[in-house]
Amino acid sequence: MGGYVTPVLAFAPAAGVMLLAVLLIVLALVYYLVSVIVALWKITKGLDEVIVGVGEIIAKSAPVNDIVTTINAHLDAGVDALEGLLVKKAGMEDAVGLVDGMYPGAAAAGFRNFPESNSVTPPRIGEVYTRGTLTLARLGREAPVAAASPKGPVLRHVEAGSLAARELYPERRQSRPKSLSRSPVIGTDSPEQYEQRDDIGAPRKRMPTP
Amino acid sequence: MILWWIGDAVLLLVVVPVVVYLLRGVLNAAKSIVPSVQAIATVAAAGSKDLDAGALLVRTQEQSIETIAGVANYGGSLDVILDDA
Repeated sequence: MGGYVTPVLAFAPAAGVMLLAVLLIVLALVYYLVSVIVALWKITKGLDEVIVGVGEIIAKSAPVNDIVTTINAHLDAGVDALEGLLVKKAGMEDAVGLVDGMYPGAAAAGFRNFPESNSVTPPRIGEVYTRGTLTLARLGREAPVAAASPKGPVLRHVEAGSLAARELYPERRQSRPKSLSRSPVIGTDSPEQYEQRDDIGAPRKRMPTP
Repeated sequence: MILWWIGDAVLLLVVVPVVVYLLRGVLNAAKSIVPSVQAIATVAAAGSKDLDAGALLVRTQEQSIETIAGVANYGGSLDVILDDA
């Protein structure tokens, strides 16, 4: 029994530190990997919800394409029929002018089934209206006539209606002159006497009987 | 003996921090995905709910057909009534 004793405990502290380090590494691995697993589990759960929602979207939007295509086809047929009828009844030039009067600038696009309509200079359909009609159109909001001519904002003002109405008059009254030319005096005492007509008050002439 | 201590020092001062740093980066990346996925799930659910009105397109289709049919009837009548240009 008096043999040689190996000094095992001589390097025990270094090995203990090594074990401690390895243990720390393993603990860190366990902690972070478990946390990552939990996060991935949440991600999987969220993606399941996403898949459900996307599946519903796909199912609900599946017939939309066919329906919209059908609606567009019918609307195209209606537009073609109305354009054809308008051109047939009003003529190409007036038809383009009418459409351009309703939708300013639409004449540039022309009619779909009438390529020659692009070259037609649209007549100003609005010119057939009187000045009073244009003024009323300007007073109105989004009136088709007021959209293109005359340009400018809507004149109607809820708090200063008189000012808006006064601005409709010519510029001569806008400057508030001290005296304007007076209205002509009429009557027997008027300085300007017009020629008397002989037939006024006389018996009406009768046509000779055959 | 000295090699043991050097190994311990390297393990504690280099390997452990590197491992912790890398694992922490992976964890932060995984955690950052979670709110994004939840937001996407919310948006997908809202989008699906918005498409509930898509069923009304069937009625819109029917009404467009009826409207165009009425317009065609009026157009046919106008074609007969009005003179051509």
